[in-house]
Amino acid sequence: MKKTLIALLLCAATLPAQAVLDPAPVRQLAAEDSSAKVAAIRQLTQTADPDAVRVLKAMAEDSLFLAGDKVVIIEGEQAFDATSGEAIKMPANPESPTVNNRIRGELASALAALKLFDADVGVRLASAQKLQSQVTPEMAPLLARALNQESDAQIKALLTLAHAQANLANTDPAARLEAVKALAETSSPTIKSVLLPLTEKAGEPDDKVRYEAIAAVKAIDSRLAMAENVGRAFSGLSLGSILLLGALGLAITYGVMGIINMAHGELLMVGAYATYGMQSLFRAFAPDYIDWYLPAAIPVAFFAAALVGVVMERTVIRWLYGRTLETLLATWGLSLVLIQSARVLFGAQNVEVSNPSWMSGGIEVMPNLILPWNRIIIVGFAMFVLFLVWVLMNRTRLGMFVRAVTQNRAMAGCVGVPTARIDTMAFALGAGIAGLGGVALSQISNVGPDMGQGYIVDSFMVVVVGGVGQLAGAVWAALGLGIFSKLLEGWAGAVIAKISILVCIIIFIQKRPQGIFALKGRFVE
Amino acid sequence: MRKPLTLRILSALDTKSWIALGIFLALALLVVPVLHLNFPEDSAFHVSTYAITLIGKIMCYALVAVAMDLIWGYGGILSLGHGLFFALGGYAFGMYLMRQIGRDGSYGADLPDFMVFLDWKELPWFWLGSDSFGWASFLVLAVPAVVAFVFGYFAFRSRIKGVYFSIITQALTYAAMLLFFRNETGFGGNNGFTDFKRVLGVTITSPETRLVLFGLTAVMLAATLVFAAWLVKSKFGRVLTAIRDAESRVMFIGYNPLWYKLTIWVISAVLCGIAGALYVPQVGIINPSEMSPGNSIEIAIWVAVGGRGTLIGPIIGAFVVNLAKSWFTVSFPEYWLFFLGLLFIVVTLLLPQGLVGLWKKLMAKKEGAAA
Repeated sequence: MKKTLIALLLCAATLPAQAVLDPAPVRQLAAEDSSAKVAAIRQLTQTADPDAVRVLKAMAEDSLFLAGDKVVIIEGEQAFDATSGEAIKMPANPESPTVNNRIRGELASALAALKLFDADVGVRLASAQKLQSQVTPEMAPLLARALNQESDAQIKALLTLAHAQANLANTDPAARLEAVKALAETSSPTIKSVLLPLTEKAGEPDDKVRYEAIAAVKAIDSRLAMAENVGRAFSGLSLGSILLLGALGLAITYGVMGIINMAHGELLMVGAYATYGMQSLFRAFAPDYIDWYLPAAIPVAFFAAALVGVVMERTVIRWLYGRTLETLLATWGLSLVLIQSARVLFGAQNVEVSNPSWMSGGIEVMPNLILPWNRIIIVGFAMFVLFLVWVLMNRTRLGMFVRAVTQNRAMAGCVGVPTARIDTMAFALGAGIAGLGGVALSQISNVGPDMGQGYIVDSFMVVVVGGVGQLAGAVWAALGLGIFSKLLEGWAGAVIAKISILVCIIIFIQKRPQGIFALKGRFVE
Repeated sequence: MRKPLTLRILSALDTKSWIALGIFLALALLVVPVLHLNFPEDSAFHVSTYAITLIGKIMCYALVAVAMDLIWGYGGILSLGHGLFFALGGYAFGMYLMRQIGRDGSYGADLPDFMVFLDWKELPWFWLGSDSFGWASFLVLAVPAVVAFVFGYFAFRSRIKGVYFSIITQALTYAAMLLFFRNETGFGGNNGFTDFKRVLGVTITSPETRLVLFGLTAVMLAATLVFAAWLVKSKFGRVLTAIRDAESRVMFIGYNPLWYKLTIWVISAVLCGIAGALYVPQVGIINPSEMSPGNSIEIAIWVAVGGRGTLIGPIIGAFVVNLAKSWFTVSFPEYWLFFLGLLFIVVTLLLPQGLVGLWKKLMAKKEGAAA
């Protein structure tokens, strides 16, 4: 109540003193002809009068009536004169004017525009943002007036843009030139499409304005292209992070044991389903803390995948050391069993894993470049896991053993490294990291029985390119492949990108058969 | 002194094997047609169309398995991309079959239906000549050969081997699958080729055509077997086996493994292409899912189940696994993947020599007990 009073006072202070509305357009609101109504609505909007808001709102809510020659607003049992706002006697038989869809649209945008004069900064900001996409030339005077009395810098910037857009149709070339110059600073595709007609002779008779418009479109285009490339590089970075999480474990197991684990993708799946399980648990038992399910899922996914990894290693892989090609087949068999188990346990359909609320949304860098939070967090998460693995491999006793077995298994065994136990530990570690990758993957793609299959070929490529035994190789290969494939995808489409990357890899290993970072020394074979 | 070629081919198999091969061909070329055509459907001796299609299909798979065995069992190179060559042969022949439909497609146009659907006005250049049986047969051999040669040359030259090679071949077939899934590639997108009407002007679904195709597959399988037996016993085959067992040593003796590997790789690919070309008219469809990595890796398990490094093993393996598959997918569809997965694990863990190895072991035990 207080707020409205202040608002009314403010409006009264800032607006030209006008106790009553002009009766002519108010009467016209109830005219027979739709075009007449539209004209009346626009005229009333121009006044930016709070009374106009009241009348238009009443019309939008179907409480505007025509009684004889008078336009009245009827609210419940009370009737008011539309022009003056005074309470009057209830008229005998009020007639409701027809409000069709065209009128409704007109009313909606009129009310939105009038919100620019609201006392609340938030309302004004929202209105200014909403207006950006629906500016019409008629709004120019209204926007100018709003701009004049606006004090908030952010709203002012938005209004300047809107005003410039409205001014593009101004009859004065100087005003148009001013408008084009103002718009050249932006980087939004909608503004570009507004400017485009002005770059042609038919749309813009004045040469100076036209050249300016051409330059402006060019400037916007280059900014748009840059934003698009940055966006692609960023999604490549996040793809690379996922690949890294998949490939780290693969690189460790391949480095230590010389085997390729075809069921590695299914360990990602285990991690993703563990995330799903945690989400279900939180939904059932702690719905108030649902946003915390993801941090809770991280250790669960790690240990679930590590456990599956240990079982795999102890029951199957252990017995196949030295027979790498057979291990390939056996682990493929394991992956089939895991996929089918997931189908039996959770159904063949994808299950729904939703982002916690703190992960939704993103940072808007430019109108066409939004960096989503979930991807930013995934990149950060991958870096964090990478750091932990680095510490584990380089600063702990277990890591030293793992490196020793990687370099020379027989010698490591001779000096007392328990190689069999190290194998199990390394495999569990690799599996656990894949499980973490599953947590990350569950946030940006579908969780289903077949999800691991899509990433396995890419993860292998990372290992092939990166070389074995050093984390740096996996890191550079994962990020490089991720970014490279996303950039290529933007230019050539996903399939061509995938094929050309494969061709590049085949050419690449012609030159560096051991990957980017080969182990040095006489280690080969 | 070198023996004449005929004698060398004759000596590829021993007498018992020649007799077995003869019985197999007699069954396929005489008994099955007679039983199929001359007995009414309700007779106990009647061989149904379903059975002929199924056995014909499995014989194509057996052919692929022999090809796989040549490269894996004798060359020590595990390819996880053989489904690609199979599909390439199938597609090459499928193009001819699509053209044979003529104007009998649903749109009644000169172009294949899927091109009409894409609103293409004329055949793309790579469809040129696809209405000729001879050209199509040439493509069946040439396309897999060229793809295998180019890929194999670069891969073997940089001495990619072991799991690296397997992974790269898997990626190759995966990429090709994605390519063929695109409608714009010009091979029917994810529907592939189907609804064939004729081959060489004869109705493709008539019992006679089926029997001819069936017989042709049997002859091809038998011929491949003889060829493979001759090949692995020849000097070439011996060097190949030596490369499998100790590549560095063979290199130091003075052989260049590249050409041996490349030759067997291309031969294997061409055999797969032929199998694909025989498969498509019998089964009546070819689509990109034939190139999925899973399909290719399944070929390896046929060979592993039967026993690699033997020639009869892959054929037995292909029959056992595929008969089990047709039975499972009808009776217990949800358990098939469990069975297949366990088969992969059990065979690699417990039966490294496959069924043939198991049989040999049992025989040796029996003989030992008898002695």
